[in-house]
Amino acid sequence: MLLWLVFDLVLIGAIVWLAWAALAARDGFEMIVLFMVLGLFVALAWVRLQAPDVALAEAAVGSGITGALLLKTWRHRRGRAAGDAAADARPSRALGFGVMGLVTVLTGMLAAVLVLIPRPAPSLAETVFANLAVSGVDNPVTAVLLNFRAYDTLLEVVVLFAVVVVVWLLGDAEADRRAPRLGSIFFGFARLVLPVMVLIAGYLLWLGGFAPGGAFQAGAVLGAVGIVLLLGRLYTPTAADRLPARLVFGLGTVGFAGAGLATLALGNAFLGYPPEAAKTWILVIEAMLTVSIAATLAGLFFGAAPSGRPTRESDR
Amino acid sequence: MTPLEILAIGILFAGLGFFVAGTVGMLRFPDVFSRLHALTKADNLGLALIALGTALLTADTSVTLKLMLIWFFVVLASATSGHLIARHALRSGQGS
Repeated sequence: MLLWLVFDLVLIGAIVWLAWAALAARDGFEMIVLFMVLGLFVALAWVRLQAPDVALAEAAVGSGITGALLLKTWRHRRGRAAGDAAADARPSRALGFGVMGLVTVLTGMLAAVLVLIPRPAPSLAETVFANLAVSGVDNPVTAVLLNFRAYDTLLEVVVLFAVVVVVWLLGDAEADRRAPRLGSIFFGFARLVLPVMVLIAGYLLWLGGFAPGGAFQAGAVLGAVGIVLLLGRLYTPTAADRLPARLVFGLGTVGFAGAGLATLALGNAFLGYPPEAAKTWILVIEAMLTVSIAATLAGLFFGAAPSGRPTRESDR
Repeated sequence: MTPLEILAIGILFAGLGFFVAGTVGMLRFPDVFSRLHALTKADNLGLALIALGTALLTADTSVTLKLMLIWFFVVLASATSGHLIARHALRSGQGS
C-alpha cells in the first residue's frame, strides 16, 4: 500500500537523520536527547517489521534505561570536566582516519553479507513453530529465549552481572551527593505512578508466555521503578544495602544456572526442562531474572557501591 | 465508510491539529516557559483526541481501557516533566 510505503520512507529518513544529528551535535546533553529520540524511532521501525518484542526491548532498555544512564554520566562529566581541557580535546587526525577506515571496511563487509545471503534465507522459524507445543509457552520469541536457546540468554544475564560488578567496584558513591532535589510535585507523581509500574512489570512478565513481553522488558520497567525512587530521593541506599543488593544482582545468574544444573540432575540436557512442566520452569526462571535485571539496572544507575549512613530526609 | 469511522477520522485530525499547534508553538515561542505552555497543554488535548478516535475505531473495551490509561499516564508524566523543566529553568536563570 502506497500510504505505508510513504510512512516507511519517512521513518527511515527520520532514523538516518536522527542518527546523524546525534553524532553531529556539539552539546553532550543535546546528543543524548537525540539518541533517546532515535531509540524511540528505531522501536517504531521494529513495530513496522512486526517484531514487537524487539520494539518493547528497544524502547525500554535501548532508549529509556540507556538514556537515563547516559544522562547520569553526562552530569558526572560536567561536574568534573570544569577546567579539564584534556577532556574536550579533539581526537588526532590519525585516529580519525583509522576509525574511518574501520567503519568503511565494516560497512563493506555488511554489504557483502547482505548480497551473499542465499535466497530464501536459511531460517529456523519452521523448526521453532513445529516444536512450540513442547516449549511450554505460546510466544515463539519466549520459546527461543528461555527454552530452545536458553543457554544464550543465560550468558546475556552473566554479561549484565559482570557489568554491575565492575561498575560497583569502580564507581564513586560520594560523587552524587549534591544532586538536586526534585520537589513535592515529583513526589506526588512518583506516588501515583510507582505502584502502576510494578503492576505493569508483572503484567509484562506474565504476558511473555503468549504475547510480546518477558523478563527483560519487565526487568527494565521494574528497574525504572528503582530509578524513580533514586531520582526522587524516596530511597537512599546505604552501606547496609550492599549485601542484599549483591545477592539480588547474582540471583539471575545463580538461579538460571541452578535451573540448568537441576535439569541435568533430572537426567535431561542442560536447561532441557521436562516438557510437561516447561511453563512453570520458564515462569520461575523469568521471575528471578526480572527481579535481578531490575535490581542490576537500578544498581547501574546508582553507579557505585553505596557508602552512606542512613540519614533522615526532611526536605520533600 | 460508516458514520462512526468518519467521526473517528474527524476526531483524529482534530487531535493532529493540536499536535501541530503545540509543535509550532515550541518552535516559534521565545522562551522556555511559553514553549512549555504551548507544548504540554496542546499535546495533552491532542493525545486525548487521538486516543478517543482510535478507541472509536477499535470498538474493543479492553483496548479502549488501555488507551484511556495510556492517555492518563502520559498527561501525568508530561505535566510533571513540564513542571521539572520549568523549575530547573527558573532556578538556573535560563528562563528568558
